[in-house]
Amino acid sequence: MNLSHLHEQPGIYLVVAAFLLAAGIYGLIRRRTLIGMLIAGELIFAAASLNIMTLNRFMAPDPVVGQVFVLFIMGLAAAEVAIALSIIIAVYRNYRSIYSKDLSEMKG
Amino acid sequence: MTAAAFPFTDNLVAGVFILAVTTTVAGALIAALSTRIIRGVAGLMVCCLGLAGLYYFLRSPFLALMEILIYVGAVCVTIIFGVMLSEPDEPAKTEKPVHAILWGGASLLVSLMIFWGVSRLSLHGAWTAPAARVTDGSIKAIGVSLLTSYSMAFELISLVLLVAILGALVIARMGRTKA
Repeated sequence: MNLSHLHEQPGIYLVVAAFLLAAGIYGLIRRRTLIGMLIAGELIFAAASLNIMTLNRFMAPDPVVGQVFVLFIMGLAAAEVAIALSIIIAVYRNYRSIYSKDLSEMKG
Repeated sequence: MTAAAFPFTDNLVAGVFILAVTTTVAGALIAALSTRIIRGVAGLMVCCLGLAGLYYFLRSPFLALMEILIYVGAVCVTIIFGVMLSEPDEPAKTEKPVHAILWGGASLLVSLMIFWGVSRLSLHGAWTAPAARVTDGSIKAIGVSLLTSYSMAFELISLVLLVAILGALVIARMGRTKA
């Protein structure tokens, strides 16, 4: 394998993106607190962004489309984090806990 | 060719690329596996730094800067605020060791199968390189397409961010008045 053209091979980026997705899903299953699950969700966002950017760099005729798409993903992730954290803080005020096992009551 | 004028330039580039890949993978492992949440947030920061390097290698320095600015600078700091306002450390081991091994093994199996399947699909897919590039993908081209082709999505995402800010304020205040 030619070492100098390592960064020109789409396979490496795609495998790293698949690894990020797998790590995010593992964290989403195994974490027992809401903030831990939020971090795992961010890993899944990162996997999607890296995958889109790789396909954009190597397979798309217009390199701008993927960059705009990933920029929108980042904006949506920021909005999602703001909403999720305010929900988590509201839940913590009511339950004094953010373990997903304790949040078993519903109203309505 | 000016790149070959300096000795070992190719090896340096390969070394920085391997560093970016290792940083991303190690950060993701720390973020997914650490027991204390604050270490998980730090792992997410490391992962995003490595990801910014990968974006740079994908010929998008603009997105590399945005990744550092938004993720490391805003998202991770906001999560740290959330960590400070609640007590998110993983609770002490309450489940039986047998159950822990069983569920840990099951989730490890699921994520390994996803990793294997997606990697296999990515590596064996019949990807074709484009015949020609329409634009050069520079920051100027991004700006032009943001204000022409994607102006509607651009305005909509600003609306989404505004609604998210208002919603975050309202939800956080509601929790305060109840308690």
